Amino acid sequence: MTDDVYATGSETTQGRVFTVTGQDWDDVVQGVQDAPDDLGDERVVVNMGPQHPSTHGVLRLILELEGETVTEARCGIGYLHTGIEKNMEFRNWVQGVTFCTRMDYLSPFYNEATYSLGVERLLDIEDEIPEKAQVMRVLLMELNRISSHLVAIATGGMEIGALTVMTIGFRERELVLDLFELITGLRMNHAFIRPGGVAQDLPPGALDEIRDFVGLMKKRLPEYAALCNANPIFKARLEGVGHLDLDGCLALGITGPVLRSTGYPWDLRKTDPYCGYETYDFDVMTWDTADSYGRFRIRLAEMGESLRIVEQCADRLQRLEGAPVMVADKKIAWPSQLAIGSDGMGNSLDHIRHIMGESMESLIHHFKLVTEGFRVPPGQAYVPVESPRGELGAHVVSDGGTRPFRAHFRDPSFTNLQGTSVMSEGGMVADVIVAIASLDPVMGGVDR
Amino acid sequence: MGIEEKLPSGVLLTTVEGVAGYMRKASFWPATFGLACCAIEMMTSGGPKYDLARFGMEVFRASPRQADLMIVAGRVSNKMAPVLRQIYDQMAEPKWVLAMGVCASSGGMFNNYAVVQGVDHIVPVDMYLPGCPPRPEMLIDAILKLHDQVQDTKLGKNREKQIVELERAGLNALPTSDMKGELR
Amino acid sequence: MTPTEPDDKPDEKAVEQTAAEQSPENIPPRSTTSGGEVVGVRRGMFGAKTGGDTSGYGGLVKPVVFPGPAQRPYGGWFDVVADGIEGLVEKVVVHRGEITFHVRREHLLEAATRLRDEQRFEFCAGVSGVHYPDDAGRELHAVYSLLSMTHNRRIRVEVSVPDADPHLPSLVAVYPTLDWHEREAWDFFGMVFDGHPALTRIQMPDDWPGHPQRKDYPLGGIPVEYKGGTVPPPDQRRSYS
Repeated sequence: MTDDVYATGSETTQGRVFTVTGQDWDDVVQGVQDAPDDLGDERVVVNMGPQHPSTHGVLRLILELEGETVTEARCGIGYLHTGIEKNMEFRNWVQGVTFCTRMDYLSPFYNEATYSLGVERLLDIEDEIPEKAQVMRVLLMELNRISSHLVAIATGGMEIGALTVMTIGFRERELVLDLFELITGLRMNHAFIRPGGVAQDLPPGALDEIRDFVGLMKKRLPEYAALCNANPIFKARLEGVGHLDLDGCLALGITGPVLRSTGYPWDLRKTDPYCGYETYDFDVMTWDTADSYGRFRIRLAEMGESLRIVEQCADRLQRLEGAPVMVADKKIAWPSQLAIGSDGMGNSLDHIRHIMGESMESLIHHFKLVTEGFRVPPGQAYVPVESPRGELGAHVVSDGGTRPFRAHFRDPSFTNLQGTSVMSEGGMVADVIVAIASLDPVMGGVDR
Repeated sequence: MGIEEKLPSGVLLTTVEGVAGYMRKASFWPATFGLACCAIEMMTSGGPKYDLARFGMEVFRASPRQADLMIVAGRVSNKMAPVLRQIYDQMAEPKWVLAMGVCASSGGMFNNYAVVQGVDHIVPVDMYLPGCPPRPEMLIDAILKLHDQVQDTKLGKNREKQIVELERAGLNALPTSDMKGELR
Repeated sequence: MTPTEPDDKPDEKAVEQTAAEQSPENIPPRSTTSGGEVVGVRRGMFGAKTGGDTSGYGGLVKPVVFPGPAQRPYGGWFDVVADGIEGLVEKVVVHRGEITFHVRREHLLEAATRLRDEQRFEFCAGVSGVHYPDDAGRELHAVYSLLSMTHNRRIRVEVSVPDADPHLPSLVAVYPTLDWHEREAWDFFGMVFDGHPALTRIQMPDDWPGHPQRKDYPLGGIPVEYKGGTVPPPDQRRSYS
């Protein structure tokens, strides 16, 4: 035994606990065999995480192993709990967008969209959102789906050892993030989709960039397919792993690519359309093997479908030049605009001239909206969206004030992670990693 | 520390310090401590476009025993804090900590019951990097500034003097609330 | 100063018109919540909460009125579902095209079983807890979102329990997905789900005291120091609402 203060075993009420530091596996095996009670028959409880490169963030896995087989798998979550929902109760309705966008940080537009849609339903302005705002929302959400699936594939590949998938995944993701930066100003956590519409109009030149991006991705996406789809090592590691059939998915409340890998084409964009999705031409991707390989193939295919939708959005935005992007009701619409000033970026001088010189009402609206915010009639609403991981819904409760009374997010990763035990028990330790990677949990959404 | 402690201070030690500092900064391995959104930006800075490998830092060691730098990327919740401290303690000297993002530096926008208001409550931080999340270029800038610090780290007797000086400077520094007239 | 022209005088008729008749924008929005349920009061406006300020807004007392119960027929398939859980429902609220069934906790398990088996609501999106501190005797609400994939319908089932006795039956046997959701509701609100297989804390550390998302639990922030000033935490700042 070493002298390291962390390496010695310690006695707890559940038996000896060892911290493995390297080159001491024999000590662990010896200690387990020496254990006085029935746990000594080669059953080892291994704690994986929360700091671990392969658990998709701060997820703690408690695995009871018998040799290489997992007999029990439990998830410990909450290591990223930030209290976002409670923080939102102390902020305006619009400021809530900047908080909720950081929950599921790989698909920030979806968090914003479901929250904004819920608030708009309570405000009863769902029909008054301008068409350009809806098209921009769809554009940004589908681009986000592409970037999120790229991260899922990249990190999944890294976790099974395919490091090239990681580098090419992040390379493509940079293209998407450049588009986000052009349109919203930020690479991540944008706070762009707000109740009433979107925050800014599309900048000039954005449509050309979007079209270039689509053309480039159409050449790049087949690279992933060529690299992974028929790769024997890839298939051997992913096929049959993390099996969860339709009954299991429905019982556990699992949606998204995991549900679609069982063959059931459930997609909220088709069944419960929002933001005008019913007017777009796209297909719902399914696979029929209910395993990790199917989910991987679905994610790849969904990226192709998202590209189709992005193309259609770009065509629509072409003819919507100059259209408003915020709802017409000035008591709700976020007032300030940004423009490139002489020193870089700043308040639009046109807007300032308007509120200071031309219109008293605009000044009052600007002042009231920025200090107090708008009031939302009392009630509750739940408008789910189809995020890259499944059904993401914000249960928004208002008590008639300027702050959310309660904003609870039904996050798909939180619910999907409940499937870990079912997927992993009976399999091998390495398959646990693959199964969790195929669920694609984002711990920011799980813990909020 | 070994042989460096036994060398006499003076020119010989300075040269050794220079070489040791260069060696340390040129192969400065980070420990994976990605927590939230900043972790994704940290991963992209290791990716092809903002390449950390050109600074010798591409290998993110999973084991803290093999790492020199802990980049705390993301919000540290109260549940995660003891884990953070344990990983920090498991790292071998010399070690540095970079608090990436506003959540790690000061709690960020989450001033509430669940988030530690700055990881300097738990571990000593050598470099604070604001941003929500900071761009990969900002992260690389912070890392390069940290490289300068690493290069300047002294050895042996000089190191003890350096530590005493840094402590004295820290104790005598003006508290933030007394810094008036600097609201630029 | 030249005397004002007769044309400049406002029209006699226009002055006699009421503000509503002069322009449609002058009509205040009509309250659509007739017969609503009062769950509390809001005191003051524009930041003055405790009265005693010269503007007078501090003395305002306004009830918080939630949408009221709806009467039969609810419209469309709402009636079909309501027939299915006839007798178990305390109140039905239809608001913005969404239907909420308020159920007593004694009837919750029966209602959920009927909804799942007979009405084909196979999918439960989760439990959301809400704390209404002013609604005496009904402070903690558990809101279940149910989805019928067969019929593509969404409903909400809401249960209210008092703070003094926050027990309600666990629906894990009916919808296993609620395992972690009920643990989260216990963790954040203190709602005890009787019959849950393992009701422990899930998000907060295992030994955390208190239930953080209740309204009587403080936000817990600390004041932030800036150069030359301090900003108090969000729940203690000057607020304009």
